[in-house]
Amino acid sequence: MTVALRVNGEDVRIDVTDRTLLIHALRDHLRLTGAHMGCDTSQCGACTVLVDGVAVKSCAMLAGQADGCEVVTIEGLARDGALHPMQAAFAEHHGLQCGFCTPGMIMLGIDLVRRRGAADEATVRSELAGNLCRCTGYQNIVKAIAAGARDMAGAA
Amino acid sequence: MGRNFGRPVRRLEDGRFIQGNGRFVDDVILPRQTYAAFVRSPYAHARITGLDAAPALQMPGVVRVMTAADLAGAPDMPCGWMIHSRDGAEMKVGSRPLLASDTVRYVGEPVAVVVAESRDQARDAAEAVAVDYDELPVVVDCGDAMAPGMPQLHPAISDNLAYDWELGDEAAVDAALAVAAHRVELTLRNNRLIPNAMEPRACNADWDAQDEKLTVWMTHQNPFGMRTLYSAYYGLAAEHSLRIVSPDVGGGFGAKAPNYPEEVVVAFAAKLVRRPVKWTADRTEAFLTDAHGRDHLTTATLGLDAEGRFLALKVDTIANMGGYLSTTGSLIPTYMYGTMLSGQYVIPAIHCRTRAVYTNTCPVDAYRGAGRPEAAYVVERIVNVAARAIGVDQAEIRRRNFIRDFPYQTPVLFEYDSGDYEGSLNQALALSDYAGFPARKAEAAARGKLRGIGVAAYVEACGIGPSAILAKLGGGAGMWDSAEVRVNPVGTVEVLSGAHSHGQGHATTLAQLVADRFGVPIESIRIVQGDTDRIQAGTGTYGSRASVGMSATFNACEKIIAKGRRICAHLLQVPEDSVRFADGVFASAATNKTIPFGEMAAAAHAANAFPTREIEPGLVESSFFDPPNFTYPSGVYVAEVEIDPLTGVTEVAAFSAADDFGIIANPMIVEGQIHGGLTQGIGQALWEECRYDPDTAQLITASYLDYGMPRADGLPEFRLAFGCAPSPSNPLGMKGCGEAGAIGSPPAVINAICDALAIDHLDMPARPEKVWRLLHPKAAG
Repeated sequence: MTVALRVNGEDVRIDVTDRTLLIHALRDHLRLTGAHMGCDTSQCGACTVLVDGVAVKSCAMLAGQADGCEVVTIEGLARDGALHPMQAAFAEHHGLQCGFCTPGMIMLGIDLVRRRGAADEATVRSELAGNLCRCTGYQNIVKAIAAGARDMAGAA
Repeated sequence: MGRNFGRPVRRLEDGRFIQGNGRFVDDVILPRQTYAAFVRSPYAHARITGLDAAPALQMPGVVRVMTAADLAGAPDMPCGWMIHSRDGAEMKVGSRPLLASDTVRYVGEPVAVVVAESRDQARDAAEAVAVDYDELPVVVDCGDAMAPGMPQLHPAISDNLAYDWELGDEAAVDAALAVAAHRVELTLRNNRLIPNAMEPRACNADWDAQDEKLTVWMTHQNPFGMRTLYSAYYGLAAEHSLRIVSPDVGGGFGAKAPNYPEEVVVAFAAKLVRRPVKWTADRTEAFLTDAHGRDHLTTATLGLDAEGRFLALKVDTIANMGGYLSTTGSLIPTYMYGTMLSGQYVIPAIHCRTRAVYTNTCPVDAYRGAGRPEAAYVVERIVNVAARAIGVDQAEIRRRNFIRDFPYQTPVLFEYDSGDYEGSLNQALALSDYAGFPARKAEAAARGKLRGIGVAAYVEACGIGPSAILAKLGGGAGMWDSAEVRVNPVGTVEVLSGAHSHGQGHATTLAQLVADRFGVPIESIRIVQGDTDRIQAGTGTYGSRASVGMSATFNACEKIIAKGRRICAHLLQVPEDSVRFADGVFASAATNKTIPFGEMAAAAHAANAFPTREIEPGLVESSFFDPPNFTYPSGVYVAEVEIDPLTGVTEVAAFSAADDFGIIANPMIVEGQIHGGLTQGIGQALWEECRYDPDTAQLITASYLDYGMPRADGLPEFRLAFGCAPSPSNPLGMKGCGEAGAIGSPPAVINAICDALAIDHLDMPARPEKVWRLLHPKAAG
């Protein structure tokens, strides 16, 4: 089947099977390998992308379901070489170590700001329950998202 | 501290990760790519009576099905560390073929592999491979493995016993225990864990038939070890024609250090089908087959004199090896465990007996700390049991028994290099407001909560070496590390490092070191790692050993500077011994002229201002550093928990960690390592437990729905402090910090829970149900 998507601002059409997951369409067909497959049960969040502005675990969505949708991946955040505030916050606050969960964490952080505004650290911790990181112990991810949220509010 | 070294420099590698440009193995798609899917045993113990690949071969897209028959002649999986039993006999190694053909011994053991045009086609076809099994009875618990009448896993290995090892003077321990004023005994389990790096294992093998060159992209902590194994042991290609690439690796934690059958099979498959073959584990495969950690059953006895000083410690451990001995599985519960049983204390006599047993479970190998957490858990738990028995405060009993003079020779082989254990204790008590705990406990009690405090002190051994000593203990490989420093004509620098970063930030810390040593901007330095075509030799990273690769880098820099001084002596026309190098500039008291580092580099390549028969042109130096001893980081942790007696839920209300890692390259990165280690240790204490069904040996905890991973909402904000007793075992005084958090935190948390509940012990993980049953024995029945 053919699926039409707008991905990171570009219109694309891809041929997939009816069982192709969105994560595989992005990674294998469009070679956008920033979103990662960390589990198969939508528990880890490494595959998180924005679909029509909402954070979605792309391992739990068929490519066909995303037909006609606007998808933003980690590769689509930086504009003209300038990092998105949430990206910058992760580097500034050492919110990553191996970097595998990081794209999902950043996308979730952006969605969190959309839903909760400049949330405090306790809110960030509870909102992060669906994204796993094995390296950082979350402390600096929480700080990064809280700081990124403040910066996004400042930029808006 | 320099301009960069010792400071919280932001990581140079982060740019690609935060923009989705990291390159992990599964991101690599090669021309004519094929995909592999493994056929795995659904039974934990069974005889294979038939295998029919024909139905799979009819499936769309299938290129090849490989079974053990296609690997005839390939050797069995090796165990890399020889342990001798106390009677002198060599350990008994159960044969582990790459693909099972006769018997399977754990759920998930690979039996065949399907290679197809797409991932989905490979998976569909793997399900169509028909394998007939005759089920056999199973044994899961290491405490049951040696019992009479239990299923026997390997022919000619009686009682499932791989070895019966000992360390220390048993007679001296028994004599001391016999006359001790106090004796306490404790039986405990160290729960089996699943490492769970977020990136599952993956590989992509490509055979170039023309050049007879094999390239394997692999998520691994030690690509050099794999190259040696794949060439010298498996004969897949000659060593100089075998390239292993471990690019960005999404976490290791020990589980990406062993040699696994799947990656080897994929390499053979690539040669067979003459196309690139890629395999990426799904999460359930990772749960089933990534080497597990811990799983000990231990009885310990501690003897004390009337003043609460330790006299002797006797430890008897049964260690679960799983169905087979993994690459370093034999090493973990012996020389990485028994050697650490002195903890931070003067204990005049120590004896450790370890029996390693086979069970119908996934092989067990290194997991963050690997042996040292198990040792710290035994010591730090029994010390608290003793403190409670004789009525001494848990901090005070430690203070009374600390080692104070270094170097210190323990009765269990190791010689500690440096430390200030009391300094760390004082830091931890201040950080945690230990003195204020009674008031917090009373306040919690008023809210109906049970509050407890737990102290734990750990010491670990990092930077494993030197090679000659390790060989005497059964090691099969050199334990040095290497660095090659290449200074280019315009003064930029490449460092080819034999260490491997899978999250530890070497691209930054090594660059900090080199930038300061050469006095050049950190941006002018690039660290190259993880590619055996670029780096000739190394040992990768595990066991918090980056100090070894860091020292090799430092030594190579010194060689560059020494050559620079010789070159500059000619350029300045002064005696060589008058040339000094500091802050990036060569200078001499004999002249006012100076030469910046970059100009020296240009001159080294121009080679027209010094005699090239005396000094060779160019500016490349390498170093192999074989450490004279381990390094011995240490620390004291204080956990404070609050338990809700109505639900049994334990909350870690506060956690303070005072660590001594010697000289620190980057405090921001070190703090991050501690956060992560503490979280894994708290996970072990409260939530994480790999559980097999006792009757079928099916893995019950095979997904994130069932395995209790730490999440952001269950953790306190960690309070950290650092002491600094530099290590004399390397030129930089560094010790290593990667595993510490996971070593000290499980006993700290359990000590706190036992304090809250006023009990001697409960086994990890302290899940709500277990705690609730303890609090409500009648209701629990």
